[in-house]
Amino acid sequence: MAAIIFSLLALSLSFFTVISSSSLPGLQILQAERQIDLTSHIVRVYLTLKVENIEDAPASTVLLAFPPAQFDHLALVKAAATVGKKRKKSYVPLEVNPTEQPSSPNGTKYYAISLLKPLLKGETTTLEILYVFTHSLEPFPVEISQSESQLVYYHDSAIILSPYHIKQQATLVKIPSNKVESFTQVEPTHRSGNELRYGPFEDQHPYSYSPIIIHFENNNPFAVVEELEREIEVSHWGSVQVTEHYKLAHAGAKHKGVFSRVEYQSRPGGSGVSSFKHLLAELPPRVHSVYYRDDIGNISSSRLRTSSKKSELLIEPRYPLFGGWKATFVIGYGVPLQDFLFESSAGARYLNYSFGCPLADTVVDKLTIKVVLPEGSQDPSVEVPFAVKQSLETKYSYLDVIGRTVVVLEKKNVVPDHNVPFQVHYKFNPIFMLAEPLMLASAFFLFFITCVAYLHIDLSLRK
Amino acid sequence: MDKSPVDLLASPSLASLLKSLKLKTKQQELLIRVSILCLVYVLAFITRLFSVLRYESMIHEFDPYFNYRVTQYLTQKGFYEFWNWFDSESWYPLGRIIGGTLYPGLMVTAALIYWILRFLRFAVHIREVCVLTAPFFASNTTLVAYFFGKELWDSGAGLVAAALIAICPGYISRSVAGSYDNEGVAIFALLLTFYLFVKAVNTGSLAWALASAFGYFYMVSAWGGYVFIINLIPLYVLVLLITGRYSMRLYVAYNSMYVLGMLLAMQIRFVGFQHVQSGEHMAAMGVFFLMQVFYFLDWVKYLLNDPKKFHTFLRITVTTAVGLGVIALGVGTASGYISPWTGRFYSLLDPTYAKDHIPIIASVSEHQPTAWSSFMFDFHILLLLFPAGLYFCFKRLSDATIFIVMYGLTSMYFAGVMVRLILVATPAVCLISAIAVSATIKNLTQLVRAKSKPNPVGPGKGTSSTKASAKGSPDQSMPFQRNGAIALLLGAFYLLTRYAIHCTWVTSEAYSSPSIVLAARGAHGNRVIFDDYREAYFWLRQNTPQDAKIMSWWDYGYQITAMGNRTVIVDNNTWNNTHIATVGRAMSSYEDEAYEIMRSLDVDYVLVVFGGVTGYSSDDINKFLWMVRIGGGVFPVIKEPDYLVNGEYRVDKGAAPKMLNCLMYKLSYYRFGELTTEYGKPPGYDRARGVEIGNKDIKLEHLEEAFTTSNWIIRIYKVKPPNNRW
Repeated sequence: MAAIIFSLLALSLSFFTVISSSSLPGLQILQAERQIDLTSHIVRVYLTLKVENIEDAPASTVLLAFPPAQFDHLALVKAAATVGKKRKKSYVPLEVNPTEQPSSPNGTKYYAISLLKPLLKGETTTLEILYVFTHSLEPFPVEISQSESQLVYYHDSAIILSPYHIKQQATLVKIPSNKVESFTQVEPTHRSGNELRYGPFEDQHPYSYSPIIIHFENNNPFAVVEELEREIEVSHWGSVQVTEHYKLAHAGAKHKGVFSRVEYQSRPGGSGVSSFKHLLAELPPRVHSVYYRDDIGNISSSRLRTSSKKSELLIEPRYPLFGGWKATFVIGYGVPLQDFLFESSAGARYLNYSFGCPLADTVVDKLTIKVVLPEGSQDPSVEVPFAVKQSLETKYSYLDVIGRTVVVLEKKNVVPDHNVPFQVHYKFNPIFMLAEPLMLASAFFLFFITCVAYLHIDLSLRK
Repeated sequence: MDKSPVDLLASPSLASLLKSLKLKTKQQELLIRVSILCLVYVLAFITRLFSVLRYESMIHEFDPYFNYRVTQYLTQKGFYEFWNWFDSESWYPLGRIIGGTLYPGLMVTAALIYWILRFLRFAVHIREVCVLTAPFFASNTTLVAYFFGKELWDSGAGLVAAALIAICPGYISRSVAGSYDNEGVAIFALLLTFYLFVKAVNTGSLAWALASAFGYFYMVSAWGGYVFIINLIPLYVLVLLITGRYSMRLYVAYNSMYVLGMLLAMQIRFVGFQHVQSGEHMAAMGVFFLMQVFYFLDWVKYLLNDPKKFHTFLRITVTTAVGLGVIALGVGTASGYISPWTGRFYSLLDPTYAKDHIPIIASVSEHQPTAWSSFMFDFHILLLLFPAGLYFCFKRLSDATIFIVMYGLTSMYFAGVMVRLILVATPAVCLISAIAVSATIKNLTQLVRAKSKPNPVGPGKGTSSTKASAKGSPDQSMPFQRNGAIALLLGAFYLLTRYAIHCTWVTSEAYSSPSIVLAARGAHGNRVIFDDYREAYFWLRQNTPQDAKIMSWWDYGYQITAMGNRTVIVDNNTWNNTHIATVGRAMSSYEDEAYEIMRSLDVDYVLVVFGGVTGYSSDDINKFLWMVRIGGGVFPVIKEPDYLVNGEYRVDKGAAPKMLNCLMYKLSYYRFGELTTEYGKPPGYDRARGVEIGNKDIKLEHLEEAFTTSNWIIRIYKVKPPNNRW
């Protein structure tokens, strides 16, 4: 109820403009096109900006503005500059960093895109920007029963929030089905099937904002991994062993009341539509000894398909996940060492492995990657294409004396777009490989020597 | 030195190999003996791994889950926390003092193994240690069996005993990988104690007697079956005294073992002062005093040096001693200082006792009297060899053989009373059979060898020389002796082979299923797995409030606390009969009456096991009459005849009205009437009982379905909060 009142208020307040003296001069946006993809539970926004410098000073950065509420859910911002015309068009990735502005109206947060070369007066450039929000679809009603389907709210602004003057803009919203309960009307608004179109709007001042709410059906699996710990253990004896501990939850509308197996079994399409039964994990090719288990044992419902390009593991939790239900489990597998470990210079090696979560279409709230280097390795350093928290640990595994160095990487709010390779460089002397076999051999040797000695020595007191 | 029958096993090539090593005969024998023992040791371990290979490394059945949970607690929190653990997750609202109500031997053993491995930097999980504890101890038992056999008869009998016990199904049934139960280590401890005691009696050495006291301490810490030891050993001593085999050796062995063993056993909190206070332990004390009387008499006899006077003295002393003992026992029992025998003990002496007086003991399938078929199943040829072994024992009677004969006979009797006690009889049966096998084979080989000895050609030349040698032999009484011996040897070999095949088959088919995961053959011969138990327990663990209380029949209590991590009302530690009867009453009442009981117990969820969809027959509907009986035993409102029609238990249309509307029926069959389980059968066809259910229109008022597993084996219901009064 409250949300509906709020949406009415928002309607009446639409087109309010924040008049701010500190609007950043220098640039203006000639044309902005925004596409908001709401088809899964991860919100993807594709933004195309045509930027022009209207002042004398050359501009080297372009700012993106986000309302504070959205900023917290922002998982990733990527930007690319378009180079070349029409046919020969290519994209050059640009560096994007969060920045602070001295006076930001209403707590607006910023990201700065560094341009390839400073923009001189009168010059224009086209930027392609992608940003991803997580946890931005709010289920309403908050609790649903087994037979209902899931409806969610999406909050945003019809006008792109920007510190610059935007001459022309339009927003396209993609919705998974054409079941839309309601949406905020802002003239001009178009709806056709599963698409909503806001705009075009002309000549909007900096920091213009017009809140909109879209209430629509989204029965996609809201699979959220609340915590994921990936342990990547490197053994120079030929294998990289990966163990992933998942805490999975269905983050959609909470399940309410009865769970009826009869209905779930007999009406697969009509009962528990927002629940999900299985997930797909994409594993590296040539994966071996895959297991899927939890605290109380092996989970027998999983299937592995391998090919030379990739391996796919279809995992089915012990029970279907309804809204608010949780499941914890572990996936483990081994991959051949030569696919992931490379030698850079004399004595130095690096591991090249994929960051992020192998499960398709899932959000990871907190990701911890632990790279366990072989015993005796030195000077570990990490190369990750985005900011992560790093620390070092020591782990004792089979027959370790001094312990293995563990590089710990932590990152919050991870989406599938983070599945890019990262590198861990370290130095390793191959002589350490022999330590453990030698230890075992000498232990056995000592044992036999003791046996021989015992048989040959008479310890009795009497003669 | 005895030539053991294993010498025969050495094939010609092996013999030549040994020759080339230039070993002396004694060394050869040692080498063969050690390698056979090593092989038996490994065999005993790997034959118990069927379930790990076929399913996974997991804990089996019911009680092991409690042991596993306790071991986890022990390894995480340390020994003192474990010793003082008050578990509020079971027996809600009573709770259970874990440290004071269990035998900690198994858990401490597993934790020690775990800590040692961790110390040596073997990164094992505690679950793996628990799963493999029983096979490991089974391997150790074979070593003890070898030494015991050697002590009883000779090293040949020891080797055969080790081999027999390594694969004997009676023992495997309780010691496969994953059956992490007290019996797994207890049989090792039992046999070790017996071996050390016999050794002590044979040598009269204080060291062996003390060792046997420590073995006894380990046994007491591991299993309630220690009562068998503390009654068998006095009985054995008594028999020795009666048969005039009293000796200083016996005096030293028994007294030191008893006194030290008793003091050590008192350190186990669950046992406490029972050794001096409970009727079950009084025999040992009586024999202890009797031993002193014997010693005293011996001394007096030596002093008097006159048989006539001594006899008078003997009469007086024995009468006073026995009289004093009886009076002391009577006074102790009357004043309540000595507790009377427990129900379990009575039910051992009188197999019908439990059925009439303690339904909760009678309801457990492993407490049923043993059927002949299960003797055959668990012992196979040992059942035939056992009497033969007894014959050999009687033929060469000694202190040690008297012991094994007594152990064999008493444990055989107990095995007949209760299925689970076959386990206790197994070592005795194996040892006695080993004596039979070893003695027979040895006699036969001696026959074969005796014939070939005067003939320098040797046995390698075949049968052509046999006739000649038979003619030349002075012993003409048995013309086909050698052939007969060879035939008998082959027969023995065949029998033992059959035994090995049978044991492997039994282990693989009967004793290696975890019973948590059910496997069946699908329509195309593929294996179908029903993992519903874990599905439900894991659902409970993840999707119910942390402090939810689950009501179920007591069978599933341990599993729910261990795998579901939730509080249960009753569990497999059946210490409070009234509490179990309350649950039984709730299950057999109408829904609104049951609701009152469940509210009073703070129950949040009710869990029932239902096999109607899969045809799984050990479900709650089939156990239901026991719930009625146990509930009715305490609450006379529940009457068994109300649930029966003409003494017949039915669930179809002809079932008793109370049956059709009691809580258990409603929860099992809720909405089952809408489901078609089998092609060509009406909806609501119960495959476990093969009938169409009688009440298809079940409405629940105070409960709602919270979860049902994919094959319907487990159904969980949520107890609704009471309605608003307005």
